[in-house]
Amino acid sequence: MPAIEMTDAAALPADWRDILALTKPRVMSLVVFSGLCGMLAAPQLPPLVLGFTAILCIALGAGACGALNQWYEVEIDAKMQRTAKRPLPDGRMDRQTALHFGVGLAVFSVLLMGLATNWLAAVLLAASILFYVLIYTVWLKPRTPQNIVIGGAAGAFPPLIGWVAATGHFAALPLLLFAIIFLWTPPHFWALSMFVRSDYAAAGIPMLPVVAGIPSTRRHVFLYSLPMAAAAIAPWPLGLTGPIYGAAATALSFAFVVLAALVLASRASEPAEMHAEKRLFGFSVLYLFALFGALVADRWLAW
Amino acid sequence: MKVEEEIVRRQRARARIMAWLLGAFVVLLFFITIAKTGINW
Repeated sequence: MPAIEMTDAAALPADWRDILALTKPRVMSLVVFSGLCGMLAAPQLPPLVLGFTAILCIALGAGACGALNQWYEVEIDAKMQRTAKRPLPDGRMDRQTALHFGVGLAVFSVLLMGLATNWLAAVLLAASILFYVLIYTVWLKPRTPQNIVIGGAAGAFPPLIGWVAATGHFAALPLLLFAIIFLWTPPHFWALSMFVRSDYAAAGIPMLPVVAGIPSTRRHVFLYSLPMAAAAIAPWPLGLTGPIYGAAATALSFAFVVLAALVLASRASEPAEMHAEKRLFGFSVLYLFALFGALVADRWLAW
Repeated sequence: MKVEEEIVRRQRARARIMAWLLGAFVVLLFFITIAKTGINW
């Protein structure tokens, strides 16, 4: 963008690209994918346009969470190298715009979800937004190193919402999908937080590697990967899925636990040397995509 | 670029996107209504 003749860019109307960036589009992609898989794994599908609307609402709800998170954490983001270039800490947008956008998007997504699908799905969507913003961002994140353990529940809602949007009720499988993401979140984030811990320390966020140290975090990563693997494989022996999912979940979870064991065995102390941690973090994203992809494949190919 | 020009450029860009989104929302509401009322074409 050409340079403009003023120093305070936040005094200008926000650029639409910066408003879009508030929604954290990359995080949204995983949320949308897991929500879509939750819906596609359900025994009955809603009409196409209602299914599309439900996924759209999940995406908009996730975008609202991103905007409200950035509105609340602007001072923290400014202190972290990873987030300092976001629109608010970089001074490209005023905070009030972000707040209005986030609240507006949250209310719109919940109302549209209720009108298009059912109000149980809308209540779940509202609960997930409130949980992420109030319980995780405002309460837990700045206070406890266990922030991501409990806060992980916010990211675990989408497959449950997708399922409920399609069927109108709860069932064992979507609750297990919730448990999988809930248990996957700590090792995923702790792997990341080990090699960006200086960022969290500078911002005063009590992430586990900052508070308890790297060796303790490595033990936590490995220990949490075990119940996560058990939850991921569980739908198969419980008869909730078929062998396609069972084989994929077993292989993927085995690989996850092996990579977590390599993290446990690692002695690297500098972020540049933390290859095992970076490998686990990269694989953890692939793991969730592949696991949920296998769930849908199993539902549509085998049943 | 002058400040006034930049303000107008940003307002125009946002207004254009808002118009497209509102149009898409109207179309979406139409199809949601059709699906909810169970009308077959």
